Amino acid sequence: MSARAATAALLAAALVYPLLFFGDGAWLVRSNYAIDVGMLALFAAFLGQSWNVAGGFAGLTSFGHVLFFGTGAYCSTILHVGHGVNPWFGWVAATTAGAALGAAVGHLTFRVGLRGSYFALITLAFAETFRVLANSVGFTRGGLGILIPLDQRAAALQFHDPIWFYYLALALCASGLAIAWWLTRSRFGTYLAAIRENEDAARALGIDVVRQKVRCLALSGAMAAAGGTFYAQKYLYIDPSIAFGVDRSVEMLLVAMIGGAGTVFGPLVGAGAVVALGEATRALSDARGLGLILYGLLLVAIVGFLPNGLVGLVRAARRDA
Amino acid sequence: MLEARGVTKSFGGLLALDGATLTVSDGAIVALIGPNGAGKTTLFATLAGFLEPDSGTIGFAGGDVTGLPPHAIAERGMVRTFQITQPFARLSVLENVVVGAYLRTPHRGEAMERAAAVARRLGLGDRLNATAASLTVAGRKRLELARALATRPKLLLLDEVMAGLNPTEIGEIVAIVRRIRDDGVTIFLIEHVMQAVMSLAERVHVIAGGRIIAEGTPAAIASDAAVVEAYLGRGAARRMLHA
Repeated sequence: MSARAATAALLAAALVYPLLFFGDGAWLVRSNYAIDVGMLALFAAFLGQSWNVAGGFAGLTSFGHVLFFGTGAYCSTILHVGHGVNPWFGWVAATTAGAALGAAVGHLTFRVGLRGSYFALITLAFAETFRVLANSVGFTRGGLGILIPLDQRAAALQFHDPIWFYYLALALCASGLAIAWWLTRSRFGTYLAAIRENEDAARALGIDVVRQKVRCLALSGAMAAAGGTFYAQKYLYIDPSIAFGVDRSVEMLLVAMIGGAGTVFGPLVGAGAVVALGEATRALSDARGLGLILYGLLLVAIVGFLPNGLVGLVRAARRDA
Repeated sequence: MLEARGVTKSFGGLLALDGATLTVSDGAIVALIGPNGAGKTTLFATLAGFLEPDSGTIGFAGGDVTGLPPHAIAERGMVRTFQITQPFARLSVLENVVVGAYLRTPHRGEAMERAAAVARRLGLGDRLNATAASLTVAGRKRLELARALATRPKLLLLDEVMAGLNPTEIGEIVAIVRRIRDDGVTIFLIEHVMQAVMSLAERVHVIAGGRIIAEGTPAAIASDAAVVEAYLGRGAARRMLHA
């Protein structure tokens, strides 16, 4: 099967999936839970893709990507709840804010040459700082968090039926895949790969390394911030630890690395694996930490034996076949 | 094409370049030789913008490029290669060269076409889809050259592209370098393989202790007393002449 045919089949399956479970006319069985699990996987894939754009394609390994997610969530929510701005416009504003924050963080860190584990620690520090700030300043309502009033109309970016959030997550995921695909086909993406592999050589061949890295982090930040708004509108409540909690940073990185960092479909595959694993462990046992332990083991195994993730495994199998 | 005047660079207390002055004229093949630690690679790094000179000026293609960042200098047409090859290890040979080609076109198709043509010309045609990491030393040297050439430079700074190669491979690179020059690219190269310097270079600059101590044709340089002393020690020239 060609890559194009496989992608089309995957898209068709994703479009049909919720119809199996939706409403009275469900083809299989009525189950909002099944639709939500699918939505979660697609959403995790999108957030993983946002990490992948920076961490996978350009080697900008961030440990604090939740920084952008939380900024997006707070941006649209504060505009909406505090200033009456329609969440659709808030979504655009949040995405723009994520890009601006990505560019700002990039400027600060890349201009002085921070990279590798230093960059990872700086992003972690930024995310934690934002969490503490969100806890203590007035306009975020501190630890109380912000409740978004229920208003289930599409015009208010809220939906009564979970199927619409599913399709919205699918649209996000598809746009993330399109961006990743574009990175494999464009000058910008090639420059990012060159920078990831060898900065000095990239510089010698005429690449403005700092500028390209700043652009990359802006793109990645915009994506994660868009995800933040989606989350806020779906769950209608955010607080500092939801918006800026380190566990979401870990999940983004985990999803991309398990699936295959720097590959187009890696985050989607990784998200499928992580969500399936999470749901399976929850069904098997009440022990809350079990899922996390399994994630950890999986990550160790991936880093140790499968540097290109599950996608790399499939590729290797194809080559041998 | 290139004119460096009084270029000085020190690292802490170590004076690596001490007022180095030299010119490279259009369309020439010029060599830079000198004993280990003389400042050859430091001079190249400074010319290409990787190091900022403490003083002195660097003129290139009619403009002043002193203190410009490497990418801006590459954009103007001066591109260096590295003594220790710096491949984009996990990218294919073709993708490596495409990175260079993208400097002159944003279009993928065009960049791929140019890159493939350059790679074939350098004898990498049957390795286009291999990863750069899988190349032999000779292959990596060629890749280094191909990437730089794909940027369509006016001046190539080649840092020991022949080191570590066997005589056959050296002969092939010599022919390649000559062909690149015949296509209109000026060549400035650091080389320890004297056989190559003698057969390739029209002019030779000799650097020692961060200063250019001699300049001339290869034949004149080989019999220059100051050069012999720089390589073999004080008094060596006199002893050789009396032997």
